Amino acid sequence: MERDIIQKLKIADLRGRGGAGFPTYLKWESVLKTNAPKKYIICNAAEGELDLKKDKYILEHYSKDVISGIKIALKAIDNSSAYIYLNKEYYSLFKDKLKDENIVLIEEDNGYIGGEESALINFIEGKRAEPRKKPPFVSEKGLFNMPTLVNNVETFYYVSKIEKGEYDNERFYMIMGEKIKGGIYELKEGMTIREILKNTKNYLDRPFYVQAGGGACGEIMTEDEFDKPVLGEGFIRVISYEEDPYSLMERWAEFLVNGNCDKCTPCREGTYRILEMIKGRKLDIDKLEEIFLTLEKTSFCALGKGTPIPFRSLIKKVILKNHD
Amino acid sequence: MINIEIDGKKIIADEKKNILEIAIENNIDIPSLCYHPDIYPKEACRLCMIEIEGKRGLFTSCSTYPEEGMIIRTNSEEILKTRKTNLKLMFSQHIEKCNTCLWNNKCKMMKYAKEWGICINEWEDRKKDYPKYDFGGAITYDSSKCINCSNCVDICKNQGIDFLEIENKGSFYSIIPSKNKNKDCVYCGQCVVHCPSGTFSSVDPSLKIEEEIENNKYVVFQFAPSIRTSIGEEFNMEYGSVVTEKIIAGIKKLGAKKVFDVSLGADLVTIEEANELIERLQTKKRLPMFTSCCPAWVKFVEFYKPDFIPNLTEVKSPQILLGGIIKTYFAEKENIDPKNIIVVSVMPCTSKKYEANREELKINGLKCVDYVLTTHELARMFIKNNIDISKIEGENKDELLGIASGAGVIFGSSGGVAESAIRTACYKLLNKKIDKIDFKEFRGHEGIKEASVKINDIEIKIAVVNGLINAKKILEDYPKKFDYVEVMSCPGGCVGGGGQPVPVNKNIRKKRADSLYQIDQNENIRIADENPTVQSIYKEFLKDKRVINKIAYTKFFKKQKEN
Repeated sequence: MERDIIQKLKIADLRGRGGAGFPTYLKWESVLKTNAPKKYIICNAAEGELDLKKDKYILEHYSKDVISGIKIALKAIDNSSAYIYLNKEYYSLFKDKLKDENIVLIEEDNGYIGGEESALINFIEGKRAEPRKKPPFVSEKGLFNMPTLVNNVETFYYVSKIEKGEYDNERFYMIMGEKIKGGIYELKEGMTIREILKNTKNYLDRPFYVQAGGGACGEIMTEDEFDKPVLGEGFIRVISYEEDPYSLMERWAEFLVNGNCDKCTPCREGTYRILEMIKGRKLDIDKLEEIFLTLEKTSFCALGKGTPIPFRSLIKKVILKNHD
Repeated sequence: MINIEIDGKKIIADEKKNILEIAIENNIDIPSLCYHPDIYPKEACRLCMIEIEGKRGLFTSCSTYPEEGMIIRTNSEEILKTRKTNLKLMFSQHIEKCNTCLWNNKCKMMKYAKEWGICINEWEDRKKDYPKYDFGGAITYDSSKCINCSNCVDICKNQGIDFLEIENKGSFYSIIPSKNKNKDCVYCGQCVVHCPSGTFSSVDPSLKIEEEIENNKYVVFQFAPSIRTSIGEEFNMEYGSVVTEKIIAGIKKLGAKKVFDVSLGADLVTIEEANELIERLQTKKRLPMFTSCCPAWVKFVEFYKPDFIPNLTEVKSPQILLGGIIKTYFAEKENIDPKNIIVVSVMPCTSKKYEANREELKINGLKCVDYVLTTHELARMFIKNNIDISKIEGENKDELLGIASGAGVIFGSSGGVAESAIRTACYKLLNKKIDKIDFKEFRGHEGIKEASVKINDIEIKIAVVNGLINAKKILEDYPKKFDYVEVMSCPGGCVGGGGQPVPVNKNIRKKRADSLYQIDQNENIRIADENPTVQSIYKEFLKDKRVINKIAYTKFFKKQKEN
């Protein structure tokens, strides 16, 4: 049974849908292979990214499939217990729907970083929700130091589809923007930005650019990059050139200042100074670049390391370009 | 041991040590602020980044361990650049209040700022409206200086107190005193000596003391055993330098009328405590008996474990006992009105400030100790008055209360009180015919040391504890295993106290303690009972039970939350 599902996950080439895109079968394999008296399974329904609501959609419409995905893991992994880790809003919305005698629901209010897999484990252990140093990876040493499988809501949803033989390389995309209808769509993985927007009739009829991947952490892409696929959390923000890029950056910065864990200097203080500068609507590019480099190179976790991506790309591809 | 290379230097390294420690041992300076060897690496400041050949990205050297053949660089252009930015960012959250800072002259933030040529106020201070807290009149917490490493939270937890907590509030977290009614500060001051940014400090009474001197009060100083081997550090002397006579000379220059040694108080404590121990052993009542000269430990029992109050020895602590003697016996002898005497203690401790204010310790309505300076605060007074301990000529202690035994001096290290008391117990029970003075089984800085001593047919099971969390363990897990337990709140005992100079670590604590034992070793008088000053005090003053009770004994009370 256990070999069987791992083989299926491997053949399906399912990748984690929480944003990092790590091959799911490798996580499962690592948890299975690690010797331990007890193992844990956590379905991550923190969905803390700015504006992202795809897990909410899945829980609303397909909670049974998500639960059955978790149960496949429970069956495959001996001596395991399962949790669903939900943000406050989702907990109150879905706690009845997700009720299951084999699964414990956990309510959290830890913001964006609270969805990072080791931070959520810390929280369940009663500690502060801040990320742990890796290695060891949580699949070897996670909750209460036991091997722990942490998968996103969407990942578990597709595990159940794969088990039933109903998976054909789909994923969920969320599209939003001031000038389009937007929505949540289940489409093929690997589709390009252009294809997705055209297919869903969200392709704007005037010049625009997009933010692709995540609502705060996604990179800005301009028209010449629309033939690239959407990675990360499958999020596309359609932005027309008439919109104020500063208010968008301010939203990101505000979100990141509130959503980080404050543990390390560059992320806590650097992001705050970025926000300060953006609020003042005056960018000192050298100063900014100094902070970006420090964030990218010296932050403790991926959140800080990835923080420069949206800002740098927006400044370079949109703001400075318009100045030329 | 394995072979590694740091900045081109070939090093044989202990793989159990992190790369930062290895570098420091090999005179390679990797900048760091939040790392402290007493605490699990926080990886918060991000200054100690290194490159490792063959690996992508930068690593924190405080939490990275060496592997065979590892080639490490500590100063690439990228590292230097990001270090500067991180330091500037830390300055942007830290309000510089340098002249009153514990780290003044030794501040690593300032040192790096100068070396790297950075502007420390490039950004406006983020914490300018951040609050200040006072704990028991002993410790100040000025959150506008905090660089968010949370070492204080960890060390407080390591002590078993857990009084400092992280509160998520708005965009940033703050470190706040716990609102939980079951948690309170015991004033041990470990937060003070483990904070890299001077956010915690002792409450300094030196201005008031200067005023008393100016007003022609009869100001008497008494200094604790452990400061004689630590204060030299504030004057760039080697760790463990013994400066007893220099301290006396320095204090005299400040205008003190007399300078006495708290080790004499320790001798008096020893005699009474040994009596009490023998009595309790014979009546088998209120055992185990716990020492009570550490006020943070006393507060811990009174607040967290009041059921054990009867187990504390009721003998006063050395500073209080000697302070009382100064205001009674000494005052009478010298014909001075005790109301005109101001007793200033110099202690390695922040909790002693709290202890000195305890109402029940007053004698004839007067406080036994009026002000308590920490080691660091005395050093600051010296510096302010251009007194350099490393250069000054020493002076002898003042007569009348001039002699202290070696047993009184080792009170400053974990194990010293127990060793001293057992020497005296042997002396009493064996009618002065003792063949063993050194009880090395009590020495060293492990958290819990256990030993058993047989005197005649009495076997005494003893535990020597340093670090409050270890005391908590004994109270909770095996409270009946021992007859006599010495507890010191701070790691290593008073040598590692919260009022001692910074920096501090295991090696420094050991050097301070080793020197105390060396002083004891060189002393002719190594048992409290043989101290002629002690003998005269008993002969002339502590003659009957009533006086002894009044001067040497106290009571403890269950405590409510104070902070």
